[in-house]
Amino acid sequence: MIDALTGVLLIPAIAAGLLATLPGYRLSARLNALAALLTFLTAVSLFVVEPTSGSYLLVDDLNKVFIVLTTFVGFTTSVFSASYIGHEIEIGRLTPAFVRFYHAMYQVLMFAMNLALVANNIGLMWVAIEMATLTTVLMVGIYRTHEALEAAWKYFILGSVGIALALFGTILVYMAARPVIGEGLEAMVWTVLVQHAAKFDPALLNVAFIFLLLGYGTKVGLAPLHAWLPDAHAEGPTPISAVLSGLLLNVALYALLRFKMLLALNPAAIAPGPLMVIMGLVSCLFAAFMLYRRRDIKRMFAYSSIEHMGIIVFAFGMGGALANFAGLLHMTMHSLTKSAIFFAVGHIAHVKGTQKIADMGGLTASNPVLGWGLVLGVVAIAGLPPLGIFMSEFLVVSSTFAREPWLASILVLGILVALGGLFLRLNTIAFGEPRGPTAPAEASYVPMFAHLAIVFMAGIYMPPAIVAGFQNVARLLG
Amino acid sequence: MRGLFFDIAHLLAGSLVLVSFLQLYQDRLYALLNIYALHALVLAASVAWQAFIQDAPHLYLTAMIALVFKAIVIPTALHRIIVRLGIHREIETVVGVGPAMLLGMGLVALSMVVMLRVTAEADPLAREDLAFALSVVLLGLLMMVTRRNAVSQVVGFMSLENGLVLAATGAKGMPLVVEISVAFSVLIAFIVIGIFLFRIRERFDTVDVQALDRFRGERR
Repeated sequence: MIDALTGVLLIPAIAAGLLATLPGYRLSARLNALAALLTFLTAVSLFVVEPTSGSYLLVDDLNKVFIVLTTFVGFTTSVFSASYIGHEIEIGRLTPAFVRFYHAMYQVLMFAMNLALVANNIGLMWVAIEMATLTTVLMVGIYRTHEALEAAWKYFILGSVGIALALFGTILVYMAARPVIGEGLEAMVWTVLVQHAAKFDPALLNVAFIFLLLGYGTKVGLAPLHAWLPDAHAEGPTPISAVLSGLLLNVALYALLRFKMLLALNPAAIAPGPLMVIMGLVSCLFAAFMLYRRRDIKRMFAYSSIEHMGIIVFAFGMGGALANFAGLLHMTMHSLTKSAIFFAVGHIAHVKGTQKIADMGGLTASNPVLGWGLVLGVVAIAGLPPLGIFMSEFLVVSSTFAREPWLASILVLGILVALGGLFLRLNTIAFGEPRGPTAPAEASYVPMFAHLAIVFMAGIYMPPAIVAGFQNVARLLG
Repeated sequence: MRGLFFDIAHLLAGSLVLVSFLQLYQDRLYALLNIYALHALVLAASVAWQAFIQDAPHLYLTAMIALVFKAIVIPTALHRIIVRLGIHREIETVVGVGPAMLLGMGLVALSMVVMLRVTAEADPLAREDLAFALSVVLLGLLMMVTRRNAVSQVVGFMSLENGLVLAATGAKGMPLVVEISVAFSVLIAFIVIGIFLFRIRERFDTVDVQALDRFRGERR
């Protein structure tokens, strides 16, 4: 009865229960990492033995990619989190009770994200995303400082409004499906919806998609709806910034992609592509310009996340096998790189005792491993060759150039502006005279360099099996 | 009989929109909470009526939740919070009452135009319900943006959720999963909000959200 599909849900759920009761942060941190590792291994086993999908849970080629990525970054982040939290306890920023709460919430978040990915029911998926949102709200506010509370409150209010709009969209999809499929559970099941999508009322589907785009788009952090994102990233614990940027944005994007597939199957409905292209471009350009005036290192990388989510949504909006492939690759690379950067930033903030860029400097001289790690990460995220993000950005741009040269040039402008902004700040942080405290960091470098190594590898050589898998998913996305 | 069923459902859903308007111009927190309780009461009646005409007993549960939890427990609890914090003074609105009402009317008109047009094929009960539900959702949103006080923003959010429940129950035969989740999310939301309100009070001696703006990350 218990297969890999229920495994990716059960392990975090049990771990959350255990962690909520266990005292002692060393043990909890290890248990947290162990649970995350087990979840990751279970997720990988989905590729070997594919469990059968029911009317509540589903596994197919599309969500397998997302699940493996989520559980992998979840695992590496839990390793990073162990050393990060250790330091927070030492300096007394977090009390043991809060740390216990933090670890339990971490696993609840993993559970909610996995549930959102494997849900075969649009209602269940909505519940899971709402749960993930509430968990992260609690984690963002965990430091109880003025800034953290404001960030959590803002995130909570904007996130709830987004989630509410998404629920309205979900109800509309059910309304559209009901006359065709009939009343009851069946009319909310993905696999059934997809079979009958062609016969749904197109007008209702259109309105539903607008609500879903605005609702889940808020969670993806698309431009006019992004206001919560920089604050939530800057004020929460850094492992949570890594998980937010690397994973939660993807989960919301996944929900959006599922609905896009549904709309694409109905010939009379509006094409969802152009809407996504516009929102993607606006996000990319807006965030790129916003990079220039950032004074807080975590806020800067939060804006960089908005920029990259914009590029990804743009790629999926363009559609077609090549652009989808590029979008998928870019999403994977961005998750790995951005979480690696946040790992570095977390340790840097510990060394310097601040997040203000002006108080940092000369990191490559004072803390060479950390400094060069950050440099490598920023080089990767800015999209310089030969790293993975260069590959995926190149694919996005070149596939767009063949179809819509104008759009491609706007996108290139955004990417270049962002590159300038990132390097301007990187120069201050990494080079020049060392500023601020220069004590060596007690850091675990393994997660950061593991991510960067994968990104570096992907830029040079991608194993044919992975390429074939991505191509298959890209075809599915239409 | 069919006609009467429809008329009463219509009446109840329409009243919900009216009560949403009542909320918009309340400038005292106590009054606002009372109106919110009324909002939840009308919702409970509307859901119960839907349960009756759709012959869907599980909807009575949703109605009960709306009645007990939203109309009684939450307003009482918020009442106590307000008393404890000593903030039962006037609410400052960002937009005046007049413009807020005009905006509200515009939003209702918008939702009527949008929903009635796209649901032309659906059965009349569902489409009227959906149009009203969208109005309630949009009015809740409007309330959230025209208020600065954290408590009234929360009330705005809760009336928005009431609109969602109205939509979910209007969609005939929608599985129970969603109704429970909606009710449940309100519960969680309330707990979270409760914690936040107390924490905010601890730190700032005010629940005026504008005081929070001072601590925005980019300023020094």
